[in-house]
Amino acid sequence: MQFLEKIKKSIFSLIILSLLIISFFVFKFALQKEKIYTPKMSDNQIFTDFEVVELIKENQINFNKVLFGKNFYLINIWSSWCEPCKDESDKLLDLKKDTPIMMIGINYKDKKKNALNFLKSYGNPFDKIFIDKQGTISINFGAYGVPETFLIDSDNKVLKKYVGPLNEKDVYEIKKIVNN
Amino acid sequence: MIISQLGYYSLIFGLLTSILIFFNSSIQIKKNDTVISSKTTGLIGFQFFFVIISFISLIYSFIISDFSNETVFNNSHTTKPLFYKITGTWGNHEGSLLLWLLVLTGVLLGFIFKSKNEPNNYRQLTVLFHQIIVMGFFVFVLKTSNPFNEIFPVATEGLGLNPILQDPALGIHPPILYLGYVGTSIIFSAALASMISSYVNKSWAKEIKFWILFSWFFLTGGILLGSIWAYYELGWGGFWFWDPVENVSLMPWLSLTALLHCVVTLEKRELFKNWTVVLCIITFALSMAGTFLVRSGILNSVHTFANDPSRGIYILTFLLVLVLLSFVIFVIYENKNFARKSKIFVLSKETSILVNNWFILYFLSVVLIGTIYPIFLDVILDEQISVGPPFYNKLILPFLIPFVLFMSIGPNMKWIKTNFKIGVKSFFVIIFTLVLSFITIYFIGDKNIFVLLLFIGFFYLLIKSLDQLRNRTKNYAQIFSHIGFSLLLISILLNSFSSKEVIKNIQVGESFTLKNEKIIFKKIAVEKEKNYESIIGFFEILDGKNKIINLQPEIRIYNEPEMATSEASIKTSLFTDRFITINIIKDQNFFNVRYQHKPFMIWIWISTLIIMLGGIFAIFRKNKEINI
Repeated sequence: MQFLEKIKKSIFSLIILSLLIISFFVFKFALQKEKIYTPKMSDNQIFTDFEVVELIKENQINFNKVLFGKNFYLINIWSSWCEPCKDESDKLLDLKKDTPIMMIGINYKDKKKNALNFLKSYGNPFDKIFIDKQGTISINFGAYGVPETFLIDSDNKVLKKYVGPLNEKDVYEIKKIVNN
Repeated sequence: MIISQLGYYSLIFGLLTSILIFFNSSIQIKKNDTVISSKTTGLIGFQFFFVIISFISLIYSFIISDFSNETVFNNSHTTKPLFYKITGTWGNHEGSLLLWLLVLTGVLLGFIFKSKNEPNNYRQLTVLFHQIIVMGFFVFVLKTSNPFNEIFPVATEGLGLNPILQDPALGIHPPILYLGYVGTSIIFSAALASMISSYVNKSWAKEIKFWILFSWFFLTGGILLGSIWAYYELGWGGFWFWDPVENVSLMPWLSLTALLHCVVTLEKRELFKNWTVVLCIITFALSMAGTFLVRSGILNSVHTFANDPSRGIYILTFLLVLVLLSFVIFVIYENKNFARKSKIFVLSKETSILVNNWFILYFLSVVLIGTIYPIFLDVILDEQISVGPPFYNKLILPFLIPFVLFMSIGPNMKWIKTNFKIGVKSFFVIIFTLVLSFITIYFIGDKNIFVLLLFIGFFYLLIKSLDQLRNRTKNYAQIFSHIGFSLLLISILLNSFSSKEVIKNIQVGESFTLKNEKIIFKKIAVEKEKNYESIIGFFEILDGKNKIINLQPEIRIYNEPEMATSEASIKTSLFTDRFITINIIKDQNFFNVRYQHKPFMIWIWISTLIIMLGGIFAIFRKNKEINI
């Protein structure tokens, strides 16, 4: 009887101990899990090796394959809830019209329905649009928020970075770089 | 500048005294000294003094806006009113940990004075265990969260205190909460000490009961203040959101509540020895775990910017060490204290307290799982979820009914064995309860059998508790806290079932209605205060009897840091709160107006105060042998 009691006690102790240790490690991993994303940029070159999902067709693709075959790419981070993005949209349409840049939109923390409505009301300047629901892809580019625009060359080098909506001067500058 | 240095070196001296006390007590325990040396007592006094000096230095740095201090720079601003400069001291990570230390060393000093008649071995061991905790926190503060870091070049202006923290209730919320929260540390140390010195008995129960009640009282008060703040300041009209940060204060409260019932049984009958000790350990482990969850930034990823993972790892490891230590001690010493096994009769106070403990532990595990489950899921399956009120409502509400029924009959039970008679009186009580519940259901218009059962349970508890006031021997502590608890449940239920609201976008001059009330938007005014600018909306409410009630909600635009907050305007009456908030709609003349009826709000606060009153009675009750 006493022997049984002892076994019962040690099993019980073991269970509690393992629970404690498992919890410890779970919490430890939870702590180390990256919640603050730091941009993985080096030498002004953007990090491109990650998967992205297209807004309309919702198919997954590696971002490396997106940046292919053109001399210049313009990455614009936008959202339907972002007021300055609305003012910016005609500048982007203007660039689309006058330059051979490949226009890539990153739809930041948005709902698909709202995003599509936005494109309908303000025009769609983009060749490709990808979703960034968590806001982590934008951080990979080193973005601070919406809207933000990056001009990238064929070596994935960031030539220009515009925080906030583009203005006439920026558009002129981009055109000058691209059309040279 | 010099003051900051003083604060910093005080902390180092505090740590040194901690090491001294630790060795001093170890030697004394080895030598089996019969009296606690005045050296130890003196050192404990000095330790507390050092922490106070350090704490005052930090407050002073905040008052004079010494921006060479990093903590002050990050959390203060010259234009802040003096009151918020002072409360800003603990409105941040570093300062709040200094407050931890202050309470931690303070309760030990209190313990030393209060326990003069206790066995020396037990006191020594308590001091020893407590110093382990104290040392851990000193190192934590000095290593990862030094409140006295200097910055150079000295800034001319600070970054300011988050405006939503600039509120009187929240100003005093942390100190009150911490008295309860950190107060549990002495329960933990004393429980371990009593195990080793084989002192888990009646006299220990009497001694430790004071500290349990002390922590419980202040924790209740702290939670109350937090809820009041959420209700008035956050502007959502709610007072409890099952937010993880709230849950971590509720969990130690639940286990303290279980503990204070359990310790009474130990005091009267020498039963549940192991269980009492386990609860003591769990309580403190929960409050440490809470500190870990809140302070490491593991919970709310929105606020993780300035958080440093090394802090989280440190508290987590320290917590594991303490829990393992207590676990080992428990396993080794458990048998020694397991002296006799008394028979427990089914109809006795012992049983009812045991049932109470089971239920509370069940509620505790629901809250615990709801709080940490998302973290486990995130780590193991990389899935992000959040657990909301439906989870808690579903798992807690049904079990409240049997819980309150046991709570109603438990206090009438006697120790050892009760002979139960069902008399005419009980019949009347039941009829009265039923009638009351049906009337209530009729008025709130919710014909749901489950809600009816809840009301029946809550009213039965209220009536039974009130009925006890007629007894010859009265235990006011128990009666008041039970009356308060039943009133609290009734008010919460009424509040959640008959709250009403309207949300409208309107311009100045327009109006809308809610039931038979007309809400008119009279005008708007802009006023400039020292640290914010406020846009005030003037509203007139015409109730059914054409009485005019004026409400003036505000939008405050704080300057440092720049942030807009919405200040609700609330008119409280005995039966309902009228609650209005406004928000600006960008680039338009419209305002978003939210008008709410929150019935019985004031009763939620009052009933919690009644619960606390019960605690006061328990603390100051003469230790005579009355049958509780």
